[in-house]
Amino acid sequence: MSALASIDASALLPESLRADFPILNDDVLDGHPLVFLDNAASTQRPRQVIDMIARVYEHDYANVHRGIHTLSERSTEQYEEAREKVARFIGAANSHEVIFTQGTTGSINLVARSWGETNLRPGDEILTTVMEHHSNLVPWQQVAAKTGATLKHVPITEDGRLDMDAFAKLLSDRTKLVAVTSVSNTLGTVNPIAEIIAQAHAVGALVLVDAAQSVPHMVTDVAAWDCDFLAFSGHKMLGPSGVGILYGKEALLDAMPPFLGGGSMINEVRLDGFTPAELPAKFEAGTPPIVPAIAMSAAIDYLQAVGLDAIHRHEQALVDYAYEQLSQIEGLRILGPAPEFRTSLVSFAFEKIHAHEFAQVLNDRFGVAVRAGHHCTQPLHRLLGLSASTRASFYLYNRPEEVDRLLEGIAAVQAMFAPRGRKRRSQQQYPTPKVGSEDHRNRIVR
Amino acid sequence: MPSEEELYQDHILDHYEDPFHRGTLPAATHAHEDKNPLCGDVVRIELQLDEAGKIVDAYFNGEGCVISQASASMLLEKLQGKTVDDIKQFSAADMLELYGPRLTPNRQKCCLLSWKVLQSAVHAPVERSDKT
Repeated sequence: MSALASIDASALLPESLRADFPILNDDVLDGHPLVFLDNAASTQRPRQVIDMIARVYEHDYANVHRGIHTLSERSTEQYEEAREKVARFIGAANSHEVIFTQGTTGSINLVARSWGETNLRPGDEILTTVMEHHSNLVPWQQVAAKTGATLKHVPITEDGRLDMDAFAKLLSDRTKLVAVTSVSNTLGTVNPIAEIIAQAHAVGALVLVDAAQSVPHMVTDVAAWDCDFLAFSGHKMLGPSGVGILYGKEALLDAMPPFLGGGSMINEVRLDGFTPAELPAKFEAGTPPIVPAIAMSAAIDYLQAVGLDAIHRHEQALVDYAYEQLSQIEGLRILGPAPEFRTSLVSFAFEKIHAHEFAQVLNDRFGVAVRAGHHCTQPLHRLLGLSASTRASFYLYNRPEEVDRLLEGIAAVQAMFAPRGRKRRSQQQYPTPKVGSEDHRNRIVR
Repeated sequence: MPSEEELYQDHILDHYEDPFHRGTLPAATHAHEDKNPLCGDVVRIELQLDEAGKIVDAYFNGEGCVISQASASMLLEKLQGKTVDDIKQFSAADMLELYGPRLTPNRQKCCLLSWKVLQSAVHAPVERSDKT
């Protein structure tokens, strides 16, 4: 297992950037170095983002779009600058096509409720896929139940890629919307989004892309994709939690009714009615996530300084290496396709050992944080015949040595839970090891 | 988070590998099944109670992590031959104590799954037609 030689070292980012992430150097595990491999759930943030959050609260904070006073002007200006930065980052033509929401889930629900409830009729079809996160399934189930539209699901191939033949067959003039993830948070599969959008547009369907797992890791260009709606979150790309983004084409957003009603989203209110504000305010009712949105600027600056392509190459080297090493472990089943079709994460399962055991022992003894469970993809896990899996997901600060630590941990878990003909004994026959004895020390969970 | 105790002590791994009354009970009078939505652990408990409310026999079945399955085995072994009243009096804290090692809140849910299923099972008579 000392195959570090097989990693493409020239693709790696400098290790020095780890110094920018205070938590990676914090004593989280009592002297144990932290190996953080749960980035698909949420990443850590660099000092630059943390400092910006503190700076805004210390010097520039007030509610946005409200006052004439200095602080309100400052926070409004920074909030709108962040919107412009996000727009440029994803290739949007106009910053008013960028709506700040609570997260990817908030963004998808906005489209499902506002666009879906207005435009879907019985007989219409919403096409999604079996590999979606619950946040791109449940809102469509809700809107289908409300409107009488039918929900259909694109299957996956044996190796965990979208079945594009089945997709082509499922598309018809009844298809009104395709809701698809750009990268599966469980399989790691990178979906051919440009191709999906082109095919959907050919039958007159719109496309919503759940880009939560791709925007942090690779270049996004909504204009090149001709994307209709794109949803992603700040906290998976070095930014704060509590802010997400919905990109929508201007004409679509203009034609949609407001989702939430309240302050900010109005032009004029009378006791018997209101007229909505222009974009983007129309979809930002109430006080928005001001500081998280502003801090997206710092996260995007950081990602662009490192470079999305460089980040992608770095992660690909880690995934290639992890995949190669994991595929040599007997009894371990890797979920999803070969490395060339995936990015930034690897999920796996053993027939005999539950994912919880991996997550627990990896944490307690090896300082490795992984995700164990269904990763909010229960239908996909059911399809794979699993109730849970273990997921290691990488980001720009992870190192090949951390993959080795993961592999070391997996070997230890295998040894620990291998069947060895154990027999139950009566309770009294289990001596408690004396505190301080070698036996006791060996049992101590790190 | 790092605890001073080994989570996977010998008696737990022994129960996991060599469980007490894992299987089904054709003569069951009461049964219940539930899952832990967080992780998909499933436990089903089947009980045969006599008219006096005594446990004549009990079996469990399920799928999941070591803690969820070993705790079910330990629970049934502990309550073998006891009464419905004993079960009702056996608290969640008793269950965690029976298990042994201290558990973080999320892993407590794994440990308490079988306890919850058992508490419901005594109130869930098996319908004749639905018996498996």
